[in-house]
Amino acid sequence: MDQTPYEYDVLVVGAGGAGLRAAIEASAAGASCGVICKSLLGKAHTVMAEGGMAAAIGNVDERDDWKVHVTDTLRGGQYLSNPKMAEIHAKEAPERALELEAWGALFDRTKDGRILQRNFGGHRYPRLAHVGDRTGLEMIRTLQDHGIHRGIDFHMEYTVFRLLLDDGRVAGALAYDRERGRFRVYRAKAVVLATGGIGRAFKITSNSWEYTGDGHTLAYDAGADLIDMEFVQFHPTGMVWPPSVRGILVTEGVRGEGGVLLNSDGERFMFDDIPPLYKDQTADSAEEGWRYVVGDRDARRPPELLTRDHVARCIVDQIKAGKGSPHGGVYLDIAWIKEKISNSEDHIRKKLPSMYHQFKELAGLDITKERMEVGPTTHYVMGGVRVDAESQMSSVPGLYAAGECAAGLHGANRLGGNSLSDLLVFGKRAGEYAAAFAREQGDIRLDQAAVEAGMKEALEPLEREGGEGPYQIQHELQDLMQEKVGIVRIESELEEAIEEIGRLSDRAKAVSAPGNREYNPGWHTALDLHPLLVVSEAVARAGLLRRESRGAQFRDDYPQKDERFGKVIIRAAKGADGEMVVEEMPVEPMSDELTRLVEEMG
Amino acid sequence: MAATEFRIWRQDGAEGEGGYRDYTTDVTEGMVVLDAVHQIQAESANDLAVRWNCKAGKCGSCSAEVNGNPRLMCMTRMSDLPADRPVTVEPMRAFPVIRDLVCDVSWNYEVKKKIEPFEPRPPDAEDGTWRIAQEDVERVQEFRKCIECFLCQDVCHVLRDHHLHDEFVGPRFFVYNAALEMHPLDTRDRLASLKQDEGIGYCNITKCCTKVCPEHITITDNAIIPLKERVVSEFYDPLKRLFRVFSGGSRA
Repeated sequence: MDQTPYEYDVLVVGAGGAGLRAAIEASAAGASCGVICKSLLGKAHTVMAEGGMAAAIGNVDERDDWKVHVTDTLRGGQYLSNPKMAEIHAKEAPERALELEAWGALFDRTKDGRILQRNFGGHRYPRLAHVGDRTGLEMIRTLQDHGIHRGIDFHMEYTVFRLLLDDGRVAGALAYDRERGRFRVYRAKAVVLATGGIGRAFKITSNSWEYTGDGHTLAYDAGADLIDMEFVQFHPTGMVWPPSVRGILVTEGVRGEGGVLLNSDGERFMFDDIPPLYKDQTADSAEEGWRYVVGDRDARRPPELLTRDHVARCIVDQIKAGKGSPHGGVYLDIAWIKEKISNSEDHIRKKLPSMYHQFKELAGLDITKERMEVGPTTHYVMGGVRVDAESQMSSVPGLYAAGECAAGLHGANRLGGNSLSDLLVFGKRAGEYAAAFAREQGDIRLDQAAVEAGMKEALEPLEREGGEGPYQIQHELQDLMQEKVGIVRIESELEEAIEEIGRLSDRAKAVSAPGNREYNPGWHTALDLHPLLVVSEAVARAGLLRRESRGAQFRDDYPQKDERFGKVIIRAAKGADGEMVVEEMPVEPMSDELTRLVEEMG
Repeated sequence: MAATEFRIWRQDGAEGEGGYRDYTTDVTEGMVVLDAVHQIQAESANDLAVRWNCKAGKCGSCSAEVNGNPRLMCMTRMSDLPADRPVTVEPMRAFPVIRDLVCDVSWNYEVKKKIEPFEPRPPDAEDGTWRIAQEDVERVQEFRKCIECFLCQDVCHVLRDHHLHDEFVGPRFFVYNAALEMHPLDTRDRLASLKQDEGIGYCNITKCCTKVCPEHITITDNAIIPLKERVVSEFYDPLKRLFRVFSGGSRA
């Protein structure tokens, strides 16, 4: 087997928005750069983002600026975010959006020809630059088409399963070729992880097969910290029927365009439970909510646009109270706007084209005429690799993380639209700092023994005979996480889950995935079990330690916020004995300026 | 729940001999072909190779031929297929098979690199931004919807039957050219390369590509024909030809 390593200054793992943006930046800084991705280029999860990218450009409402954006983000994250990251994000997002336009992205426009911005949950002003409901496609295609002319090497359909270290700093990575099953060794002076999330640890998810927590686990295994892992975002509106599409996302943009949530009695239940933190910003009546949707600047936003954690929980409460829809969801109704505007059917098709097609083709339902059935779906993980706010470097020298696999920006709950901007702002920074770090490094040594051991271990499931298949373990884990580590958590179930994850980990070490090495999904699934189990354990352990309800974490046994836990985040790291250690650490302090801003903005 | 028969193409590597193998699995309400393939993979063919990602028609990964029709497996509902005969699933035929339902589409990525990239006009405003009318955005949206599933490439005779991959870029990349050429800010000119390097003349507008596009892009009428017309008026307009002769340039 040819093991001549591929050599790069900066190796980027993942080719979604963050990975592509990092690679473009590293390459622009003069670094040689390679990108490894599990899928074909342009298929990463970013492509599915619908609603838009939050950037306080102030085109629709000039009162918006970075100060409002940062306070919205911090409030949405229940003040557990890294404030410095939230500040950088709010300040730099507009520039990143405009830069995308210079690279060919086309956003919808205002009447005077500037970038149009739309309403979204938790954002005080219309803030999301968008193209209908396919903003992610526009973004990933723009970055992809820009990137292919920058001298970046793309390694498509490779999975990185091990990071290589040299004396504590990062030295490269070990990957296998999904198509042909061969191994490949990469030597790199800096590595940027941009692998996205962990949604495949749950049964009902909007995430694709790629979301197995690879970057989280690569970093964890290399000695980096994970933080905020208890905070998994359950998006309030996923499809629930038919069963095969359960979990597929229904964009928040439906609610941004005036969609309302109804229970089986036809009641608009979101008005019944408005959290104190948002009382002043939320409409009192359906009439005021509609005025907000159509741009009345004095109106406050409808309660359907409260933060995702809250909306998801309200839906669960309705279902539990027996007021759900026939297939275990609630109703989302956009067709009702025909009472308000004359050409509503055309309007809906134009504003939400892919939602229209998704329901038409997968559920045989016309959203311009009928109500949708929706329920919560695992969507995003706020938790990830702990990184420096400026540089995105983890505690392992030379190892960077950006986008969903990094943590800090979103705290206990992410606002919709803050992800696409996160990818660009921190992808760019990771690429820039990784290139600078690489420039300062001398030769790095690849640990040949670690390379050999890694490959040997990866081949074990293929060579082992008579063991259990990997799919069974994957399905059991997904059921377990869904049931016991889901939207509503309780101590006894979290403890059971942790024990069960331990048992599943033991079983995972003995799986068999027969067949040959070419495009063998059984083998790939077997290798995905380790990262899935690591992130699942981190979510369960962090969730157990946080004995309160805040943001995305709801504890039935501690249903209130606890002031003490408002000052700490939870860190998970690999202990000296190889076992996972979870502990509290203080939230990053807020600058005086930010503290003042938060007080002023209420 | 109904037991349904499938005939799925199995092939061991690019050089291997391929053939159909029969499987049976239970189909429940709302299932799409990709669900059935995954179910078969989990139940009885752990090593059945299939490429997929979003399962919502947004990424264009799960292209295949279902009962002979180029389709996204994730958007093909079982209830829309005839129940009285087995469902045939095979890989796209215009590209080499890697394994089972997965084929090598890397040629498409190489082609794209050769197309002149986007280059905007100078910003319209002092703050470095542009002013664009919504109508101008909407005009090219149709082409920008493309999810690169390559089903149009699969069904195009010039590629599938005549294998002119070296001379012809295929419908996907005419759509890409159209998106760039009609981009309100773009300044480059791609007509010469469309004619000479990308072989737009080979397209005889049978509209097969348009019929299979899962994004319902009117590829032939809205992208290819207008580009062909521009190429014709650029290179075959008698006055422009005369001018080229006298100016000695290759382009007017």
